[in-house]
This record gives sequence, C-alpha cells and structure tokens, in this order.
Amino acid sequence: MRERLQNLDPLSVVLWLLRAAILGAVLWGTVATILNNPYSAENWLDFLVFGVAQGSLYALIALGYTLVYGVLFMINFAHGEFFMSGIFTATVFVAIPLSETAFWDSHPVLSLLVVALVAMATSVGIAVLTERVAYRPLRHAPRLVPLITAIGASFFWQYFFRGLYGSGITAFPPVEMLKGSLIVGGLEILWTQVVVIVASVLLLIGLYIFVMRTKTGKAMRAVAEDKQVAALMGIDVDRVIVITFATGAALAGAAGLLYALLFRQVHFFMGFFPGIKAFTAAVLGGIGSVPGAALGGLFLGMFESIGPSLFLEGLGIPAAYQLKDVIAFTMLVLVLIVRPQGILGERLAEKKA
Amino acid sequence: MKKISALIIVSILAVMLLTACGGPQFECEDAIGCVDIAPEDPVRIGWALVISGPNETLGVDSQRGVEIAAEDKGKVLDHAIELVGEDSLCSAEGGQTAVTKLTSDPSLIGIVGTNCSSAGEPASKIASDAGMVLISPSNTAPSLTNPDKTWNPGYLRSCHNDNIQGAAMANFAYNELGVRKAATIHDGSPYADQLQQVFADKFVELGGEITTQEAINTGDTDMRPVLTKIAVTGPELIYYPIFIAEGGHITVQAKEISGLEDTILSGADGMISPDFIAAAGDEANGMYISGPDLAFDNPLGQAFLQKHRTKYGEDPLSAFHAHAYDATMMLIAAIEKVAVQDEDGTLHIGRQALRDALYATKDHEGITGTLTCNQYGDCADPLITVNQIQEGEYVPVWTAD
Repeated sequence: MRERLQNLDPLSVVLWLLRAAILGAVLWGTVATILNNPYSAENWLDFLVFGVAQGSLYALIALGYTLVYGVLFMINFAHGEFFMSGIFTATVFVAIPLSETAFWDSHPVLSLLVVALVAMATSVGIAVLTERVAYRPLRHAPRLVPLITAIGASFFWQYFFRGLYGSGITAFPPVEMLKGSLIVGGLEILWTQVVVIVASVLLLIGLYIFVMRTKTGKAMRAVAEDKQVAALMGIDVDRVIVITFATGAALAGAAGLLYALLFRQVHFFMGFFPGIKAFTAAVLGGIGSVPGAALGGLFLGMFESIGPSLFLEGLGIPAAYQLKDVIAFTMLVLVLIVRPQGILGERLAEKKA
Repeated sequence: MKKISALIIVSILAVMLLTACGGPQFECEDAIGCVDIAPEDPVRIGWALVISGPNETLGVDSQRGVEIAAEDKGKVLDHAIELVGEDSLCSAEGGQTAVTKLTSDPSLIGIVGTNCSSAGEPASKIASDAGMVLISPSNTAPSLTNPDKTWNPGYLRSCHNDNIQGAAMANFAYNELGVRKAATIHDGSPYADQLQQVFADKFVELGGEITTQEAINTGDTDMRPVLTKIAVTGPELIYYPIFIAEGGHITVQAKEISGLEDTILSGADGMISPDFIAAAGDEANGMYISGPDLAFDNPLGQAFLQKHRTKYGEDPLSAFHAHAYDATMMLIAAIEKVAVQDEDGTLHIGRQALRDALYATKDHEGITGTLTCNQYGDCADPLITVNQIQEGEYVPVWTAD
C-alpha cells in the first residue's frame, strides 16, 4: 500500500482530483435540481424528446465519420460539408421552386422524397469527387497528410457553396402536413420530430443490414480488417472505399433534409457545428463502430438537451443553456477517461492505432 | 571638379526654386499627425460594415447610406471622395481584421463603421490607437461610449445608445401591453447582453418581474430546451434582442412549446431585415421589434428615400441607412472645418483637430434629426419606435416620447 502511494506521481493525483471534482459537481448539481424540482414530468420528457431528435441527427452524420474511419483510419473533416452541400442544393433548386407551386402542399410526401433524393445525390457526388481528387492520391502518404487535406477540402466546399448560393440564410419552406404534434399518452411530440426520429431509425437499420448482410457490406468489413489481404482475396479496394464514402454521404444528405425540417434554415456554414458535434459523437460511441456512432449521437443530443437543466441549474449557474457545449464536451472527457476506446469501441490493435 | 561644382550649384538653385514656388510651407503641429492630400488626389474615407453572412442586409443597408452621402456631397474642397470598404462581419474578429486593414492605409482620414457592437469593441480601440476616427451608424451597446468600459478617444456614433432603446421597450411592454412578467434571452454578444440587461432593470423598476434571464450561443439551432425552461417560469413576454439566424430559430420554435403559445415575442433592431421575415416565416407575425424611428418627415429624408429607390431599385433593407448617411456627412463636415488648403489645392488635415471637431459637432442637421455629440461620442437624436410584424411587414405601432 505504502509503495503504491510512493509511486503515485503528482500528475496522476491532480488528474484523479479533477475527475472527482467533475463527477462531484455533476452529482451535486443533479441532486440539487431534483430536490428543488421546478419541472414537471412532462417537461423532463420534452427535454428527452428534443434530445433524441437532435441526437438522431448527430448519429446520422456521425456514421459518415465512423464508416470512413473504419475503412481508411482517417478523420474526414469535410463530412460536415457533404451534409451542407446536399440540402443547400436541394433547397435552392428543388424545395423553394416547388413550394411556390400547389404541388408542395398537395403532395408533400412526394415533394419531400424528391428533395431527399436530390440532397442525397448531391452529397454523394461531392463526396465521391472529394475522395477521387483530394484523398485517393494521398492514400499511401503519412496519416497526418489526408487529415490536413480533409480540413482544406472542408474550407474549399464551404466557400465554394458560399460563392454559388450566397452567404445569407436561405429559409427552407415549411411543410403544412408536419405542423402540429402527435399526442401519445399525454406526451406531445412534434410531427417534425416524429419524422426525424423514425427516419433516422429506419436509415440506421438499413445501414446495419447493408454492412452486415450484403456482399458489398462484407467487402467493406474485409477492407476495414486488412486492405492488403482483402485485395489478395479479389476485392477491389478502391471501389469499396468509394462506396464507403458514398454511403456515409448519402446518410449525411438525408440528415440534411431532417435538419432542414427541424430548423428551417440553411446556409453555407451550417455543416460546421453539426460536423464537430457528430465527430464528437463518433468518438464518444467508439470510432469505427456503427452502433457506437448511433449511441454516441443519442447520448450527445440528450446531454445537450437535459444537461443544462439537470446538472447546472442545481449549482445555481445562471443562463445555463449557454454552456450546453461545455456539457457535451465534458461528458466526452468523462467517458474517455473511463473508456478511452469509447462506449462501444474495440481496443485498437497495433496496426490500427 | 568643375562638373561637381556645377552640379552642386544647379541643385542648390533647384531647391531654392522649389521652396519659392511652394509658398509658405505647411507645418503639421497636430498632436497625432496630419494627412496631406495632393491637389489631384481624392479624400479617402473608409467603411467597415457587415456585408456577408446572416446579417448582410444590415451592412449593405448602411453601405448604401454611406454611398449616397458621398454622392450627395460630390466634392470636399475641390477633392473627389473615394470610399474604401471592408467586411467587418458581425464578430470581434471581423471588426479587428477590417479596421486593422483599413488603418494600415495612412491616407485614410476616417472610417464609418461598424455595424455590430461586437465588432465595434476592437475596432474602436484599433482605430483610436491609429489616430483615426471611427463613427458607427449602428453600434448601440452602452459600453462603447462609457469611459469606464470600452470607450476610446476616436470613437463616435450616430445611432442611439441602448440605454434608451432598452428602457423604451420596457416602457412599451409594461405600460402599453400591460405585461407584468417577462423573460429575456441573449447570445453573449455585447449588444444583446447589455440591451436585455437595460430592459430587465427598467422593467423591474417599473414594477414588473423578470422570471429568468437566459443565454444561448451564436450558431445554436435547437432552442426548444431553453424555451421549455423559460416556459416553466411562465412569462407573458419574451424579449430576445439578438440577430437574424438565432432570432429566427427562437421565433419559430417558441410556437411549438406548450405554455408559450400565447406568450408575446419581442426583439430589437438586430432583427429588422427581410431576411428575418424569411427565416422566421409566418411565425414572425405579431412579434414586436424595437428600433430607431424611420418616419423621417424632413426634406432630407424624403430626398434620401427617392435617391435610394432610383439608385438601388428598392426601399432600404434595414434600419440604419439614415444613420450611416448622417455619420458620413458629420465626418465630411468636420473635414471641411479643419482642413487647411494650400494655394495649389493641397489639403492638410490634423487628426487630433478632426477628432476635436467631430466631438464638437453641434446641431448638425441630418436625416435622423439634429445631431449633437456629447463628450464620449454619443451624437444621436434618438427616437425609438416599436414595430409589430404584420403580414411580413414591420408596422410602427408606438413611438417613445
């Protein structure tokens, strides 16, 4: 015992104290809030639903990060821009012209499907182009090189679309059918949130089946395991990588439409914050893991929605919602301290790390 | 040897000849330097406004005010006017970059800008340190002209101080709407933070109750959690004097929160723009927005509107075009007052003299009224109007007295 204490270096003592302090503050705040509960059960459920809706968006975008990381071990920081490019293009060329006709209100489902298809197609196009021009030539370069290239690609696409569609806010036309809310057992859920949550779950299941049950999915998993051996087994590695990018981008395109339904504003910079948050979600869940990304997104969305009220209000911090990003990233740190590989992540083998 | 002495004689002669032609030499005795403008050179005036991003209409609107003023004036003491512009965005970094770039040009006399108070804070310091003057058409945060906070000696503004706007809105809410419980939201910017605080203080002073003061971040989109929190405190009115993007999100999402269906929504001049109507859609109808009174029934105002329509083919986009016009005219009037002109037309402008002349501005007849500057650069003749958004239009419903 004494030996262990002697071997303890000051840094780890400080770290342990820090962890204890964060945990203590979170627990104290939670207890104080619950004792002095100003919210009704419905309010808490509302917070939860808002968090799940926001979290499903993070999850859909996070999948793009995780898929690409699984195959290439690179962080594709341009992914937020794939998300933006699809819905921005679809809003300007499809949603706004359509909303000026009677078709938008008389056939809302069909209209939204067209918007979704255009958004996904554009996102996929941008992703495939970026992969071909910016990432493939650097396939065998040191790992830092594609990472920096991705940041460059992200800026390029942001300012490309700013030049194309302008720097102002474009309003996504409201959908008449989605006004109002669904009432389940006294709980009111907005129709837009129902659509966002259901669509996200369907897309997640679809992706899981695609990766686990199809031949292409199997090839993706093989390339993720070992590119050289996969190539020796007759798998076209380049093609699989393109498919991986395309799949992630298609999900980002769909997420773009869901974002537009929830928030009704699109602009050239809209991909930045969701991109950062989704990356955080992917790391939280365990980067490289598909269910992990989904789980990480949900956790992050809920922390952001409930956290300020639950953790901070009890501590007497005014205007707590300004600090929701702090909560999100503190949660990330807390989880990573306990499980450095993320919630569902595997410990990285030598060659992957 | 002969050659060299001939050269010396010629050069001495040349120097004598030149000094003789120049007449009495102007000597700059100004404490912080002078700008000299050669006979054929223009008088250069800078502007630093937000002309891109979500708040671009705010800056483009002011830019047009500056342009029309320059065109109206035509020439300053026989020198043409040249405008040099930079995008100051709506952030501290943007203001810093734009004004640093503008002040690096020593031939520039003064700057009209910035739009957002967040950009104004660093801009005021940089311009003042560089010996220039910065006249803002729309920085309304009280701290900018408070010598204990972020006031600097080269800074002035032609728009109202939010001590006036916040109090006017509190008055309107308490006395006209009969509201007794209100909540506020700000976005951490000096403008929104200080304005909502003035409103809250005045509202409490009148006898009302502030149920909660919340804050969000610029760039946030999901306002439902914070609105749910506010709904629990049961306000009759929410005051969020922020900007277009986040203000649009709050306006749309507030209608979806149970408990806030009948709550009155209100904001301030950062949200006067057709882009806000586009972002908030039908949900914006019924909302109250305070801002400068824009019913300028003086001949100058009418003529301005006419020129604006002819030149740009539309009505002004936002609330501060007239303030930008007045700011530019104030600057030009001060230049005319202090400039020393040589016989050949060269202008010499003392920078400290220009500052003093601007601060001494008294009874300047502008579009926005009669402008007189106080010792900390508040020059406005402020009149606040509350508009209600009806059918996507800003309709004035009440004017403070």
